Amino acid sequence: MEAADGHFTGIRVPAIAVKGLTKSFGSHLALRGVEFRVEAGEAVVIFGPNGAGKTTLIKILATIMNPSSGEVIINGLTTRDNAEKIRRGIGVITHQTFLYSNLTAFENLDFYCRLYDVPRPRERIEEVAATVDMTSRLHDRIGTLSRGMQQRLSIARALLHGPSILLLDEPETGLDQQAVAILRQAVTVEKGGRRTVVLTTHNLERGLELSDRLLILARGKIVFEKTTRTLDLSGLKEAYHQYTG
Amino acid sequence: MSFLRKALAITRKDILSEFRTREIIFSALLFALLVIITFNFAFGGSQETLSVVAPGILWVTFTFAGILSLNRSFVAEKEENCLEGLMVAPMSREVIYAGKTLGSLLFMIVIEIIALPVFAILFDLPVFSAQIVTVTLLATIGFVAVGTLFSALAVNTKAREMVLPILFLPVVVPVIISAVEASGLALSGEPWGELAPWLQILGAFDVIFLVVSFWVFSYAIEE
Repeated sequence: MEAADGHFTGIRVPAIAVKGLTKSFGSHLALRGVEFRVEAGEAVVIFGPNGAGKTTLIKILATIMNPSSGEVIINGLTTRDNAEKIRRGIGVITHQTFLYSNLTAFENLDFYCRLYDVPRPRERIEEVAATVDMTSRLHDRIGTLSRGMQQRLSIARALLHGPSILLLDEPETGLDQQAVAILRQAVTVEKGGRRTVVLTTHNLERGLELSDRLLILARGKIVFEKTTRTLDLSGLKEAYHQYTG
Repeated sequence: MSFLRKALAITRKDILSEFRTREIIFSALLFALLVIITFNFAFGGSQETLSVVAPGILWVTFTFAGILSLNRSFVAEKEENCLEGLMVAPMSREVIYAGKTLGSLLFMIVIEIIALPVFAILFDLPVFSAQIVTVTLLATIGFVAVGTLFSALAVNTKAREMVLPILFLPVVVPVIISAVEASGLALSGEPWGELAPWLQILGAFDVIFLVVSFWVFSYAIEE
């Protein structure tokens, strides 16, 4: 029924649709009936204090974790039944780089190329390394690189397979200004259009700058939603303090 | 084909990483050699005593060296925070299991290839026979098949180095007992027919452990 680009014939489906999502760990309810949609090409930022459930939400969207109840539909496919297919179109960047410190940057990227069936891996690695300005350090071991450089390579890792959706969980940790600029450029622009981006962050200013729409997650629920066109930083700060206490 | 290709990519990555650090093979091998030498001195002298206790010593050595090796299988992924990197890749969780199992199997075989000649020299026993090779291979497959599953289970616990042997040893006991019995018969020069029942048990456990571990692995690595 659905096309590879996530569109049904004649009907536009959202890139991400989250319906009644809950997640519990024992007696602790981390997410309580979360619902939202992200349109294709849209950048949505999720703000929230520590323990609000942001990382749990990203892990469920990334199919790392299964929800306790509710549904996540990505490009028209439910994560419960189509996890492998969905993962092909998703790139994940977190404050963890998912890179092996004993291997070189090239070996790490080559490993992920194999897992994602990336055609012509050498050319693709050189391409993404150039995007994050790390070409000269490709043959250095990850453990010898600075935190900022490792995070830039993490961006390269997430872009290797050309995902249409990027999930970012507080990716700016340890990034310098140059890396932030690279991140901004790399995450939003895709050949032939914009990527769909879901970003969680504590940094209100950066989140506001990178997104089209923002959500505030508090105690496992979406408590605030607004487009960034109609909100400035002071308005956001006010709303954030009001809803997160 | 995609399943195998991705599993081999994980194995290749583990080998490359081990080649750089040598932490699994070096520590397990050192342990194995120390155990063999210590037992040789403890039971030294009488060849009759040595030939009786040798199969047990051999499998105690391989079992605990193997646990050291298996302990590192997922700890490295956890310490480097890379397990989630594998989990977001477009492949089933079973690919991770297959890749990790194959890597651990290769590490165990390397340890055994180096330890067996030392064992042969110190205990003066005929370990270079098709029978011993068959028993060792069958027992190692069963050992690693279930050990990889428990290594993944233990990695999310705090005292993971202690948790793995506590969970794993009771389950793998049938493999160890069969291996000790079959090795004893092989070292005594008994024909294949005498070993057959033990080899059949080992083969059956290999199949059971591989199939069950394969099916339940995805639950083991869920948080």
